[in-house]
Amino acid sequence: MIELVVDDRCTRCDTCIQVCPTNVFERGAGGLPLIARQEDCQTCFLCELYCQADALYVAPNCDEPVAVDAASIVASGLLGQFRRHSGWHEWEGDPAHANLHWRMGELFARARAG
Amino acid sequence: MSLHLETDVLIIGGGLAGCWAAVAAARAGAEVVLADKGYCGTSGVTATAGPNHWWVPPDPEKRAQAVRDRDARAFGLADPRWMARIIDTTWRVLPTLADYYRHSVTAGGVPHYQSLRGPEYLRALRRYAETLGVRILDHSPALELLLHVDGSVAGARGLRRQGEGGDWTVRAAGVVVATGGCAFLSKLLGSRTNTGDGHLMAAEAGARLSGMEFSTYHTVAERHSTQTRSASYAFADYFDADGRQIDTGGSPDVTVPLARALLAGPVYATLARMPADLRAILPQIQPAILLPFQRQGIDPFTQRFPITLHGEGTVRGTGGLRLVDDDCQTDVPGLYAAGDAATRELIAGATSGGGAQNSAWAVSSGTWSGQAAARLARAQGRRAHQGVEAAGGAGLRPDAGALKDAAALTRHLTDGVRAEMLPYDKILFRRGPVLAQSLATLDSLWRDARDRLAPGSDPTARVRAREAAALVACARWTTATALARGETRGLHRREDAPSLSPDLAHRLLSGGLDTVWVRADDPTQRSPAQRSPTQRSPAQRSPAQRSPAQRSPAQRSPAQRSNVA
Ligand SMILES: Cc1cc2nc3c(=O)[nH]c(=O)nc-3n(C[C@H](O)[C@H](O)[C@H](O)COP(=O)(O)OP(=O)(O)OC[C@H]3O[C@@H](n4cnc5c(N)ncnc54)[C@H](O)[C@@H]3O)c2cc1C
Ligand code: SF4
Ligand code: SF4
Repeated sequence: MIELVVDDRCTRCDTCIQVCPTNVFERGAGGLPLIARQEDCQTCFLCELYCQADALYVAPNCDEPVAVDAASIVASGLLGQFRRHSGWHEWEGDPAHANLHWRMGELFARARAG
Repeated sequence: MSLHLETDVLIIGGGLAGCWAAVAAARAGAEVVLADKGYCGTSGVTATAGPNHWWVPPDPEKRAQAVRDRDARAFGLADPRWMARIIDTTWRVLPTLADYYRHSVTAGGVPHYQSLRGPEYLRALRRYAETLGVRILDHSPALELLLHVDGSVAGARGLRRQGEGGDWTVRAAGVVVATGGCAFLSKLLGSRTNTGDGHLMAAEAGARLSGMEFSTYHTVAERHSTQTRSASYAFADYFDADGRQIDTGGSPDVTVPLARALLAGPVYATLARMPADLRAILPQIQPAILLPFQRQGIDPFTQRFPITLHGEGTVRGTGGLRLVDDDCQTDVPGLYAAGDAATRELIAGATSGGGAQNSAWAVSSGTWSGQAAARLARAQGRRAHQGVEAAGGAGLRPDAGALKDAAALTRHLTDGVRAEMLPYDKILFRRGPVLAQSLATLDSLWRDARDRLAPGSDPTARVRAREAAALVACARWTTATALARGETRGLHRREDAPSLSPDLAHRLLSGGLDTVWVRADDPTQRSPAQRSPTQRSPAQRSPAQRSPAQRSPAQRSPAQRSNVA
């Protein structure tokens, strides 16, 4: 579930508030998004994908909230990873992150072939 | 604060099917409004996944063979004609997205249209729809349908959770329900908003369902994660707590052996068999699949990690609203169903249409229903000034004394549904007496939803209450149909009736609100006009037979009347 909005990275662009499919966020004082309805979070990571400031962290646990340490998350390099791997925004056109989704069928085929 | 719109076509739900319906209606010249519960572009189970479409070139022999192969696995409940239709429509329609999606160009310079990455696909569809002038209402869940006095659909009503807030009312000549399947609040990726709202709204208006017993599909995921993406797990080996390998029987369908093992204790997996070259490009194939591993410091290729199975309800099951014609019209005139909200027995029978059929179905049924709704608007006009009645009941307008703590009651209902619809022993290993007990429990939850659920004015509470009512309704149709199908067929497994019964080689219809009914489908009975009195839409029933929520505006109390458009 969504656990973290990194204040000093967030540009107050409202994008996450708008695109979260389950309406988890609320615009807080000064524009910082608040995690208002964490229990509705569906752990889809899509807010991270849309956040160009890499200011959001979704913990992988979808069953219950977990405590996260903001400083170590920021230091971990995990912020923005999904957006980069997806080749979005400034990563668009970067061959290292080209969309190879079309090769998904190979996973099934080669597993079957053994 | 409240928003009133008149349009030709209203689409409820902005996932894969709803977007294609909006595009088709707009391309046919209609004015279109699309309302999604969440955000059109990230909502729905496609946006979080990466669908592969049924993709067969227009070679008559190849197509006939594809249909024959798939029909052979459908347990006699599919319809080859519909299969051929979706192959053809998908082939023609999907490439029209090319201006909005960067298709990979594969060997020979051919764009790869067949399988797309979810977030990019839905983002592209949103742009496509917007370019065609579709008006999108985000964070605007529909709560109920509006009906003309002749029983045909007149529009819908809902609320806006962002911006100015308030309620919305859209009057339209044709309405497409594209609200997705009902996943019973499992942790299936992307399914939080798929609570069966469209099923309930349509049923309140007089629509019937079909195939609700085929709702047992499950997908493996890392224990606490939502990543129900099966491609990587094609390489998985599974182990019990003592490290003994679990025999998954060599079949790609690992659900039953894994569910048995999970009922006995924790189960672990490793993806060690995935070859190094594929591991290296996995983040470029499915960027999200590795996130839960990396964030927990697990190397899935060398370590064993705990897994779970997430139930999918009707999402990659096949049940949904029954269709009466090639336009995907439901029993309610002017109301169409597209995508997972509709029954997919026509194209998949008793086995899951996941992996190829379902996406092709969403594209095709969306396209047909959008086109048909546009045609209807042209033929009969908007009828926007005729009186209408609101069809909704449970979770909107309590029949008896409202209970004070609506939040607690809503939680009680959703917990109750989850307790009946998610445990593996109740869903994957069905037994008559257990199903009967579940049904009794769910019937009592329905009475609570109908009589006592009054959510007040808070937007979140209103959406959750209506979702709870829809979940209970879908759970009842599912359970009643599973009870009636006293055999094992495809996705539907009965421990107490483990073989196919020749007497049940037909589809099962279900419906009803206060009293749930199940009966054999009669394929010759196609048009609503031929239905028996008990199956008619509310407007066709005599007032005495109606539930309070279905009474005409004049019969309602003033408070209720003000809710009506
Ligand atoms: C993990 C996963 C992988 C899959 N992979 C494949 C595949 O490879 N091939 C394949 O063929 N199929 C696949 N499927 C199935 C396929 O994704 C679905 O068939 C398809 O997404 C159905 O589209 P839909 O528009 O009907 O539903 P969805 O995409 O789920 O959209 C439903 C929409 O309705 C909205 N909604 C719900 N209630 C309301 C309301 N009250 N008011 C307004 N809006 C509402 C929701 O917010 C949502 O946006 C997969 C499914 C999953 C879960
Ligand atoms: S999308 Fe990112 S930058 Fe924009 S408001 Fe949300 S957290 Fe802040
Ligand atoms: S993970 Fe998905 S549901 Fe959760 S806050 Fe982010 S966008 Fe919303």
